Amino acid sequence: MVKKTKSLSLNFGPQHPAAHGVLRLILQLDGEVVEKADPHIGLLHRGTEKLIEQKTYTQALPYFDRLDYVAPMNQEHAFALAAEKLLGVEVPIRAKYIRVIFCEIGRILSHILNVTTQALDVGALTPSLWGFEERETLMTFYERASGSRLHANYFRTGGVHKDIPLKLVEDIEKFCKSFPKIIDDLEALLTDNRIFKQRNVEIGIVSKKEALDHSFSGVMLRGSGIPWDLRRSQPYEIYKDLDFKIPVGKNGDCYDRYLCRIQEMRESVKIILQCIERLPKGPVISIDNKISPPNRDDIKQSMEALIHHFKLFTEGYRVPKGDVYTSVEAPKGEFGVYLISDGGNKPYRCKIRAPGFSHLQAMDYLIRGHMLADVPAVLGSLDIVFGEVDR
Amino acid sequence: MTLKLQKLEKLINSELSSKIQNSSLDNGELLIEINENDLVEVVQFLKSNENCKFKQLIDIAGVDYPENDKRFQLVYLFLSHENNFRVKLSIRFQVSQIIHSLTKIFPSANWMEREVFDMYGVKFKNHPDLRRILTDYGFKGHPLRKDFPLTGFNEVRYSEKDKKVIYEPVKLEQNYRNFDFESPWEGTNYIKEIKNNKDGKKN
Repeated sequence: MVKKTKSLSLNFGPQHPAAHGVLRLILQLDGEVVEKADPHIGLLHRGTEKLIEQKTYTQALPYFDRLDYVAPMNQEHAFALAAEKLLGVEVPIRAKYIRVIFCEIGRILSHILNVTTQALDVGALTPSLWGFEERETLMTFYERASGSRLHANYFRTGGVHKDIPLKLVEDIEKFCKSFPKIIDDLEALLTDNRIFKQRNVEIGIVSKKEALDHSFSGVMLRGSGIPWDLRRSQPYEIYKDLDFKIPVGKNGDCYDRYLCRIQEMRESVKIILQCIERLPKGPVISIDNKISPPNRDDIKQSMEALIHHFKLFTEGYRVPKGDVYTSVEAPKGEFGVYLISDGGNKPYRCKIRAPGFSHLQAMDYLIRGHMLADVPAVLGSLDIVFGEVDR
Repeated sequence: MTLKLQKLEKLINSELSSKIQNSSLDNGELLIEINENDLVEVVQFLKSNENCKFKQLIDIAGVDYPENDKRFQLVYLFLSHENNFRVKLSIRFQVSQIIHSLTKIFPSANWMEREVFDMYGVKFKNHPDLRRILTDYGFKGHPLRKDFPLTGFNEVRYSEKDKKVIYEPVKLEQNYRNFDFESPWEGTNYIKEIKNNKDGKKN
């Protein structure tokens, strides 16, 4: 006699600690096995793209902090690069180094959060306590450079807002010397941990072809064995002069992605140390006063500087007509900005390509046939932040 | 980099000469404009051709030009890992037109097309599951169209009386002020004034 079973639909979220934000996941379950997953997103939709169309280029930049809010400056970077490409502005060399330092700090910030919360999702509490202490230190670096811990608004078209003090450079260097020890500690807790491995090895496997078909990027692509990193293959800023490795996974499961992230943090530390060693002197923002505001002292003395300042903060600068797509290797993958300018002082259209959007889309395909308990593990290894998925 | 793209431009133009309306190489990026009916064939070619190998669809960007006869533009961004270059594919079409879905060729087009549908109201043929994606359940209108107001139409609040979240028409304490800095002498247009002026002549 065949027993008829009915599948059960389960509502996972939108308020669930393992959903990493406001994700509503509708799961069709056959016993404990997931038959279908239907993610409902948009609960954090703020209409960023619509808002940007109404703002000048300077005003649009802070919206990028609020996308992937665990690595704010990486997003700003993509937008600044897009505007610079259209304007044809040259960024001073010191600004390039500072940008790279802070982008790599952003990468460490994001990876610490992801690795430790992934561990938390599968039952390990301690890594997150250790990791968040380091994140706090990194966020004070953000604060000392930009004035705020999270929503930095530090990058500008043509450079960065302010130069960083010497003491900050020394402190970042000190941090970079001590941080590998913390990664070792985290690894000691997790890498060979029996429970962690049971929950992650051979879970959520992505093959090479499927990683491409589903528009994966970043760690999701590298975890499946495709050695692709925009910092290496389509280098921007000064990445082509730096020496760093690109960790690549083998099996494409959650565990390999975890290993990639750990390794990437070590590489980021190396990149920051190289940048600090070579950090040149000079201006940190383009000296063209049609784009970057004049020095505060000059405003008191020079009529022209005053006019520039007034025009820049009311009208803003006009960007030549055209469209560009620029992308950066954000911690979560390829973060891109497709910018269309109609020649005015506001973007005509600004499409944001968020890596998490494509990753979450593949949730259904990744989780089918897995157990319900694997849902948080897979979700954790996708590295989803709803700020950027919902925009 | 540009040399590679010039070669690619030549190749695409010679192989698909009848389907290409225009191609340009600005800011070091290749943009190809095609007719909306040729979309699937061109994408198939870009994905499978030995010298292209655009195996990844990066994004689909919708753009609205309300003053144009062909109001909408869709820009498809492709990336080839093997050849390390990108291409942009653009189609323009009218409001009423239905566009072929790319979900058969690129599974990742699913949500991207849903987003375009949500934001612009563009419909796709053969899409497996064309629902709204980013906006609220029961949302009306297409927010990224240029004629959709920034403030929207409805606002949400928790009603103490009804003990639930309710929807109400937007009430602004202060008018939304859109300063036109490009001609600073005109001042701002207030929504109420625009409404009043609609009956009379334009100011």
